[in-house]
Amino acid sequence: MPDIMPPAPPALRVEDLTVRFRRRGIDVAAVNGVSFALARGETLTILGESGSGKSVSLKALMGLLPAYAAVEGGVWLDGREILGLPAGELAKLRGGEISMIFQEPMAALDPVYTIGAQIAETIVQHEGLGRRAAMQRALDLLDHVKIPSAARRLKNYPHELSGGMRQRAMIALALACSPSVLLADEPTTALDVTVQIQILLLLRQLQQELGMAIVFVTHDVGAAAEISDRIAVMYAGRFVETGTAREIMHAPRHPYTQGLLASTVHGGQRGRLLETIPGAPPNLARVPPGCAFAPRCRYTTEPCTRGEIPEAISPTGAMARCVRVVTPIPTHAINEVSA
Amino acid sequence: MLSDPRDRGGPAQPLLLVEGLRKHFPVRGGLLNRQVATVQAVDDVSFLVRKGETLGIVGESGCGKSTTARLLMRLIEPDAGAIVFDGDAVGDRHGITVNAMRRQMQMVFQDSYSSLNPRMTTAESVAYAPRMHGLPAKEATERADNLLAQVGLNPPQYARRYPHELSGGQRQRVNIARALALEPRMVILDEAVSALDKSIEAQVLNLLSELKQRFRLTYLFISHDLNVVEYVSDRILVMYLGRVVETGPVGAIYARPRHPYTRALFASKPTLDPDRRTTEMPLTGDPPNPINPPSGCRFRTRCAFAQAICAEAAPPLAAPLDQAADDTSEHRVACHLAEAQQARAEYHA
Repeated sequence: MPDIMPPAPPALRVEDLTVRFRRRGIDVAAVNGVSFALARGETLTILGESGSGKSVSLKALMGLLPAYAAVEGGVWLDGREILGLPAGELAKLRGGEISMIFQEPMAALDPVYTIGAQIAETIVQHEGLGRRAAMQRALDLLDHVKIPSAARRLKNYPHELSGGMRQRAMIALALACSPSVLLADEPTTALDVTVQIQILLLLRQLQQELGMAIVFVTHDVGAAAEISDRIAVMYAGRFVETGTAREIMHAPRHPYTQGLLASTVHGGQRGRLLETIPGAPPNLARVPPGCAFAPRCRYTTEPCTRGEIPEAISPTGAMARCVRVVTPIPTHAINEVSA
Repeated sequence: MLSDPRDRGGPAQPLLLVEGLRKHFPVRGGLLNRQVATVQAVDDVSFLVRKGETLGIVGESGCGKSTTARLLMRLIEPDAGAIVFDGDAVGDRHGITVNAMRRQMQMVFQDSYSSLNPRMTTAESVAYAPRMHGLPAKEATERADNLLAQVGLNPPQYARRYPHELSGGQRQRVNIARALALEPRMVILDEAVSALDKSIEAQVLNLLSELKQRFRLTYLFISHDLNVVEYVSDRILVMYLGRVVETGPVGAIYARPRHPYTRALFASKPTLDPDRRTTEMPLTGDPPNPINPPSGCRFRTRCAFAQAICAEAAPPLAAPLDQAADDTSEHRVACHLAEAQQARAEYHA
């Protein structure tokens, strides 16, 4: 515990979040102890491959997981504990103080209501505004997310919009009640590159104007580098490394992060063999003891498999969960291993 | 390099020559289900693929890159255009049949799951085409086992598995093995690595380059990922709304893209560096609907430099005006504007 408490509670604080799916005798440990705190105006990206538990973590925060999921730990929204709230209380928060955008806007928007009706409904529900005032606010919101000819688009159904436009409409819907926390689950993954960069820039700009905290979940290293203040790299349900975007992108310390960045194709690699991470991520029903990455790691030594790996925290607050970071091996040894 | 007995035209003959390829899909509607519009999916596309090279096709959704692949395989019939495979016109009386072409040209799709038969084991899937082409069952199975080993799937462990028992990366390896089962000379990879996680994508890309050397393959590599296309391709083709806007050697285009669309596309690429983030939108809006595309240059509605002439005439795909006479790079661009046609020393990608 720090001696001096910050003046205001963080917009979102998550403490030791675990999610297990228990069904038909199979016990899947999807999230294994995730902790972070996020201030207003800050963007944390959870970067991980499929099955790493990043989307499940977000859904657990929103209380969107099915009943057979056992969620434990603590989640505080503006200082108020929200995990385990009754469904009615939670429904008041969702779309109000905390809201979420998804990868597939077509699945997230209701196909039988117009964009305007859907945004206005949220405002009426949460803030008790009249229909007319809510519609006016919906129009302002569409303007805000830079949808051209917003008045006309208000009367459109989701299928009448293009992919990028739908994504903007969903962002407008999520921001309708000025949430303090926005959860973004791969919102740019299904978009074309030229549209993706527009949405990333829009989110960055909206955050500056509205000051919400954003948790951005992605598997795309490029999107993470564009939008994040801090990045948390997730593997097998755990954060294996956290740090500022600069620390993670320029000086990754965990072998998984290093492997992930090295295997991401970027310019100037023509004619060279790509560095790869051998093998595949572990089955979350049978996570090996110790470091979950150990079976794929080229630096694995005996301590890696011996039980919980402690977090090594640098003076800047960056964390890496790796035995090598606790006791750095001498440089000549690294050269021998990679040679 | 040893000569390939299947090589008919010699090294100078392009393996694949595509001339004026066109496909317009009718859009029907209304009371009498009459044709109300046309999707100009692929419109007058011409290119060639040389023996042993990798041609990359890039573009956004709806640009016609996948339709082009399907037209080449004759999974859909083109409205117009000629396809010449190693000097033989495909489907022509004096050329080769579509079936003969397909034996030499195979395809790998994006969705590794839906492209495999869920009721066939991996070995059965790989052995299927050779058996259909007359190979005895025993030999076909041997070939399947051999190919599974070549793509890094140990046959005793994987040959009897069904698609749902494999991970996405493993399934895509099976698809690659199946594509190689008829010993093709050319493989079309349509977003073949796009659905894979990055660490798996790198493994499959390495596998593809290994197989290319071992089996002396020619690739047509279709992707929306500009970094991956740069990595694998020798030459690239940039498509926009059914037309080719720029083509040339990968080095020349990535160092100096000429078409305003190509430039915007490259500028949209995330930088991977938090210190040099993108600050301005290279393009606004989405790609327009390929139903009734804009007149003249199809990019003009999103182009920051568009002039009156851009609406009047479609620019031809031609060598830029400032290209030196001895320049054999075959860099071609379809744009009326001076920005694309003249050397601009101050421009750096």
